[in-house]
Amino acid sequence: MSSLFSSLKMMTKGAMRCVLITNHLKFFETIGNFQLLQVTVRDALNQAMDEELERDERVFLLGEEVAQYDGAYKVSRGLWKKYGDKRIIDTPISEMGFAGIAVGAAMAGLRPICEFMTFNFSMQAIDQVINSAAKTCYMSAGLQAVPIVFRGPNGASAGVAAQHSQCFAAWYGHCPGLKVVSPWNSEDARGLLKSAIRDDNPVVVLENELMYGVAFEVSEQGLSKDFTIPIGKAKVERPGNHVTLVSHSRMVGHCLDAAAVLAKEGIECEVINLRTIRPLDVETIEASVVKTNHLITVEGGWPQFGVGAEICARIMEGPAFNYLDAPVIRVTGVDIPMPYAKILEDNSTPQIKDIIFSVKKTLNM
Amino acid sequence: WVELLLRVVVSARTYADFTPQATFDIKKCDLHKLEEGPPVQAVLTREEGLQYYRTMQIMRRMELKADQLYKQKIIRGFCHLYDGQEACAVGIEAGINLTDHLITAYRAHGYTLTRGGTVREIMAELTGRRGGIAKGKGGSMHMYAKNFYGGNGIVGAQVPLGAGVALACKYQGKNELCVCLYGDGAANQGQIFETYNMASLWKLPCIFICENNRYGMGTSVERAAASTDYYKRGDFIPGLRVDGMDILCVREATKFAADHCRSGKGPIIMELQTYRYHGHSMSDPGISYRTREEIQEVRSKSDPISMLKDRMLNNNMASVEELKEIDVEVRKEIEDAAQFATTDPEPPLEDLCNHIFHNEPPLEVRGTNPWVKLKSVS
Repeated sequence: MSSLFSSLKMMTKGAMRCVLITNHLKFFETIGNFQLLQVTVRDALNQAMDEELERDERVFLLGEEVAQYDGAYKVSRGLWKKYGDKRIIDTPISEMGFAGIAVGAAMAGLRPICEFMTFNFSMQAIDQVINSAAKTCYMSAGLQAVPIVFRGPNGASAGVAAQHSQCFAAWYGHCPGLKVVSPWNSEDARGLLKSAIRDDNPVVVLENELMYGVAFEVSEQGLSKDFTIPIGKAKVERPGNHVTLVSHSRMVGHCLDAAAVLAKEGIECEVINLRTIRPLDVETIEASVVKTNHLITVEGGWPQFGVGAEICARIMEGPAFNYLDAPVIRVTGVDIPMPYAKILEDNSTPQIKDIIFSVKKTLNM
Repeated sequence: WVELLLRVVVSARTYADFTPQATFDIKKCDLHKLEEGPPVQAVLTREEGLQYYRTMQIMRRMELKADQLYKQKIIRGFCHLYDGQEACAVGIEAGINLTDHLITAYRAHGYTLTRGGTVREIMAELTGRRGGIAKGKGGSMHMYAKNFYGGNGIVGAQVPLGAGVALACKYQGKNELCVCLYGDGAANQGQIFETYNMASLWKLPCIFICENNRYGMGTSVERAAASTDYYKRGDFIPGLRVDGMDILCVREATKFAADHCRSGKGPIIMELQTYRYHGHSMSDPGISYRTREEIQEVRSKSDPISMLKDRMLNNNMASVEELKEIDVEVRKEIEDAAQFATTDPEPPLEDLCNHIFHNEPPLEVRGTNPWVKLKSVS
């Protein structure tokens, strides 16, 4: 009774703050008239899968430790308890086998989500992803659809060394018949995963382990059950006039941090979050380059034949080339297998200072 | 009208003189982890016999016609022919329903036929025309039909796919099963053992069928496999070794296997001992790793079509004329189809980029140079 009274007292005040912990560990802030939820990327992915599992009974999840362990990175926490053995399936350590099984199930009318514990392990199954999933609609002249999602963490983590740190954006982004998305924040994660699950085609969702625990504000619209982000559309996260920074996944955050530092020196960066690797939204990049005349791509993966290399080629081939005042610069991971020691690992992927340095270089400062 | 009269005479004979059905002894299957196997006798009705005969002949003639067209360079690329193995495809189909599912590797023309494809569509796909079953986009190894998932070019990849189809069958609860075929060569693929494990763990309604034609391309089974008992290699999965040249043996074994799956017992393996007359593909004469004598011996002693024909004639289930007439009809059907396959136009260039995706708004596809912007519709 007294707690109710004190709550009422609180509510009569101007700005109010109430914390509500749900079983998804959301934090609910009401500031003035705005309602924003702090949602971690992990929870965003979890909610997206939960909602899609509920919406369509053909959707199911399979992968290592996804069920009773709640997911190796806890992304599928609570799902097995809610949906049971039929729809959340723990597999043996058999990537090629279970990826093939997932593709076959998709061919026969289900809508599987196939989790790779990390995309490094997807190499064992890559034939099923490319030859069985990606190419089939074309080979069958549209007779055989493959509505499947391959998802899991991609790219560098922390201290997991060479065999567990590869970025597969370029490899999967190379292949026709696949769609490849790479979310950065929670809204991206929610919207892109939902779109991927609803898509009738094979979609590779490249998540990032280091982002799983990061919380972002998500709007009410972003929390609605039918919120999807279109595959193939990039987002301008921060407008600017002096230089365009294009990135995907975790590096988007680095770009925004670099932009904040540079803003103090009067340099306004336009930061574009690709969101989708394939199909690449070249138009958004071109429109930005026309405005800023300078382009820098930032990625965690290796430089050769990478996402940045593709962007350079496309910009050169298109109308934006004539608006460039300097060659496009690629900021990438170092061209080596990922080392273990922290000092070495830290110097193997782009840091904020690398982005700042490149911006100043391209602006001749 | 003489022909019409003859037809009337023949059909009048049909009802009066022929044995409507007969029981045949068939070879006992070798068993692995099974208490009992399929029956050692099979009942064949006249209708069934005629239908099997016709289908096997169509299959045989179709493959021989493909051989001809390949030598004339009208069919290009890969062409893996099925002649000799007809009893497998036709026998399997006789043991399941069209509502069941089937997937195989690249030696797929026979299965495309039994699963509902027409000879015209199959041949036109081989010649790469727009009337092909995959509109000319797929070719020999990528033909599809309802509940038939190809036609798969990567050796062994179709096995996990088939188990996935079986998972969907179980998930959807429609009492359907999936027949999942692979060869003696593919039987050594790791992903097949991964699949055995999961199919068994999850009790998937999957009939794994190894078509053992003794050679994986040019490598005999003895040189490729430490154990050539392919029906046992599923270890914890029960298995049958079946005479794959006898259509009745194949049919009864398939029925037995289907019952096993449908009763919820999980997967089962069938090894069909069969033989291909052609080499591995049209680029392989097929005589560098086996003798002409061996091929000839199988042809004369174990040909599946001859075996069925002899059974029917010896038991007065059909007449020589009747079967000859079927042969004539089959020949005509194949000629017709070949004619279509060689005269139908190739796919239009506008189709080049279509069908990349399913259910997708039109998109632009980069051509061979930056100025070529092609359109893709789904």
